[in-house]
Amino acid sequence: MKVMNMVQAINDAMDIMLTEDKSVVAYGEDVGVEGGVFRVTEGLQLKHGVNRVFDSPLAESAIAGTALGMAIAGLKPIIEMQFDGFVYPAMNQILSHISRFRNRTRGKFSVPAVIRIPYGGGINALEHHSESPEAYFGHTPGLKVVIPSTPYDAKGLLISAIQDPDPVIFMEPKRIYRAIKQEVPEEKYSIPIGKAKVLQEGEQLTIIAYGAMIREVQKAMVLAKQKDLSIELIDLRSIWPIDRDTIRESVRKTGRVLIVTEAAQSYGPAAELISIVNEEAFLSLEAPPTRLTGHDTVIPLPMGEKYYMISPERIMFEIEKLIRY
Amino acid sequence: MFDKNTLDSYKPTDNKMFSRIDDEGVPLDKNWKPDLSSELILQSYREMLFERTADYMAVSYQRQGRMFTYPPNLGQEAIHIATGMVIKDDDWFVPAFRELGAWLAKGVSLKEIFLYFKGNEDASRFVNAKRMLPVSVPIASQLVHAAGIGYAMNYLDEKAAVFAFVGDGGTSEGDFHEALNFASVWNAPVIFVVQNNQFAISVPLHMQTKSINLAIKGLAYNIPSILVDGNDIFAMHEVIDYARKQAIEGNGPMLIEARTFRMGAHTTSDDPSKYRSKEEEELWAAKDPLKRLKAYITNNKLADLSNEDALIAEYKQKIDKEFEAAEQHPAYKLDDVFTHMYQDMPAELKRQKNNLENFMKDGGVK
Repeated sequence: MKVMNMVQAINDAMDIMLTEDKSVVAYGEDVGVEGGVFRVTEGLQLKHGVNRVFDSPLAESAIAGTALGMAIAGLKPIIEMQFDGFVYPAMNQILSHISRFRNRTRGKFSVPAVIRIPYGGGINALEHHSESPEAYFGHTPGLKVVIPSTPYDAKGLLISAIQDPDPVIFMEPKRIYRAIKQEVPEEKYSIPIGKAKVLQEGEQLTIIAYGAMIREVQKAMVLAKQKDLSIELIDLRSIWPIDRDTIRESVRKTGRVLIVTEAAQSYGPAAELISIVNEEAFLSLEAPPTRLTGHDTVIPLPMGEKYYMISPERIMFEIEKLIRY
Repeated sequence: MFDKNTLDSYKPTDNKMFSRIDDEGVPLDKNWKPDLSSELILQSYREMLFERTADYMAVSYQRQGRMFTYPPNLGQEAIHIATGMVIKDDDWFVPAFRELGAWLAKGVSLKEIFLYFKGNEDASRFVNAKRMLPVSVPIASQLVHAAGIGYAMNYLDEKAAVFAFVGDGGTSEGDFHEALNFASVWNAPVIFVVQNNQFAISVPLHMQTKSINLAIKGLAYNIPSILVDGNDIFAMHEVIDYARKQAIEGNGPMLIEARTFRMGAHTTSDDPSKYRSKEEEELWAAKDPLKRLKAYITNNKLADLSNEDALIAEYKQKIDKEFEAAEQHPAYKLDDVFTHMYQDMPAELKRQKNNLENFMKDGGVK
C-alpha cells in the first residue's frame, strides 16, 4: 500500500495499463512533455515513449475522432479533454460516432476508448473550467459514464474503463484531485463499472451523491450526527449504468431520499435518480424524493461561485427539512 | 507516368487540372501512354458501366417503393473505379456515402448496399469487406477517424493506406481541417479524396468557398495536394496509385480534389431543377466519364462497344438477384435494437427490452 491522492492514483492506473498492454496509448493537449495541466500524466511519456504518450494538436473534435480511428484499428486510446468546458467541440464525435460505432456495424467494429475529463467547480477558475456535463453523456446511448470520489476508486475504476470493450467517459472531480489522500494498493485491481458503494449505513434518510459532492455530504453528515440523525450515504460512482439494486435496497429501508449533484437541475442526473426511486421504492416513501442540485444558471465566475456551489450547511438544511416532513 | 516530378512541378495555386484525355477521349499529350493495360482499361470500363447500371436500378427500386432514400452516383464513376483498382484488402476505406464502385471493389456486396438503404444496420457488417467503414452521415466527421487509423497503422508498423472520402461541402467543416492537420503532423498514410461534384445538396461551390480550388486547402497543412479531372479515369488512376505508393512508403498524406459533377439528384428526395440550370447539366454531360472512356476505347480500337444491350441485360439480372437477396434478408428482430449497443448488455437495457417484450406478448401493436 502507498498513500496517494487522486492524481497519483489515476497516473498509477495509466502506468500499469501502459506497461501491461502495448495497445494502450494516451494523448491530448499538453499530455506529453508537460504531463497534463493537472500533472495527471506526469512522467508517463518519459517512461513509455513519445509514440505512446503524446501531445496532440489542439482540436478536441479530432482528439476524440482520431481515438475512434485508433480504437477500431486495434489500439486502446486514453484521451484527455483538458477541461470539462472544452469537451463540447468533441460532442459530435462522441455522440454521433464513438457511442454508436458498435451498433452501426452490428459489432464488427467497437470503440474501447477512455475519455478522461477533469470536471466540476470550486477551483476559482475561468469560464468553461468548472462545468458538470455528465448528464449529456449519461443521456447518450452507447456510453458508460464513471465518476470516482476517492483515489482508491479512481484507480480501480480507471483500470476497468481501460479494459472495457466499450467507450467510457471517465470524469475526474478536479476539486478533490489533491484534497484526499488514502492508502492505495500498488498492484493492479479493478472496480466494476455500474456498482454504487454504500459509504455509510443509516436508518432515517438516504443521500445519493458522487464526485466532489461526496466530501461535502460527509461534512454535512458530521453536523447531522451531532443532532443524532442516522443517514445512509451512497456514492453512485457509475452515472450510467445506474445501480438500481443499491438504490432500491437503501430507500426501501430509509423511506427518504436526497440527491445531491453539482450539475444543473433540469433533466439532470438527480431527475433520473428520483425517477428510479419512484419506480423501485414508491410504496416505502415517507417524504417526496428531493434533489439539491446546481441551479439552471451558468456556473458563476469565482466571486459568485459561493451562490452556486453546494455547501455542507445547505445539505444539512435540506436534510432537516426532509426529516421533519 | 505520374511521378514525383509531376507532383513537385504541380502547384494548386496555378489552378490547373491534371487530365490525360479530353472530352472526346483523345490524349492531351501525344507522348502519353496509359499506365493501364488494354485489358485493365476494358475492365475499368465494364466496372463503370456496372456501377452506373446498379445505380439506375437502385433509383428505380426506390421509385417502386421497395427502398428508402438513396444517393445516386451518376457521373462520378471514374473516381470510384480508379480507387477500386488501387485499393488493397489491407487498406482502409473510410467512405462518406457516394462511392458505390469503390465499395464494390472493396468487397461490399450490392445486397448489403441495398439492405442499408432499405433500413437495416445488418448491412454495415460488410461480411466480405475487410477494413471497410460504414456510411458516415454527419458531413466530414469521418475524416478524423481516417487520421486516427493512419496513426494506428504507423504505430503498428503496418504497410496499409487509408482512403478517406468527402464532398466539396465537407471542406467547409472543421473536421476536414482538423483531419488534414492531424494526418500531416502525424505523417499518417491517409489519402484524402474530395469529390467536388459542384453542389452540396443545393448550394453551389462558389457559395461554399472563395478558394480558387479545393486542392489549395492542403497547402497550409504542408500536404501534397492536386486537382485532378475526376471524369478522366486515366488521370484519377495515376494519381491515386501514386498517392497510395507514397503513403505506404512512409511519406504521409495526400489531398486529391477530384473535380466532377453529380449528374443525378443529391438523393432520391431531391429535385436539382430547383437550383441548377439545364445549360450547366448539358455542359457536364459532354464530360461524362463513361462517354469519354468509351471514346478512348473506340478511337484506339481496343474493343467494339457499339452494342452493349446484352451486357447491360446481364448486369441487370445480376443486380436484381442482389436486390432479391436484400429483400429476403431475415426480418428485423426486437433483439437487434438492443444487442449491439454494448458487448455485454447492461441490466438497464435488459429491463427496457423486457418491458417491450411483455407488451409484445400481450399482443403488441394491434
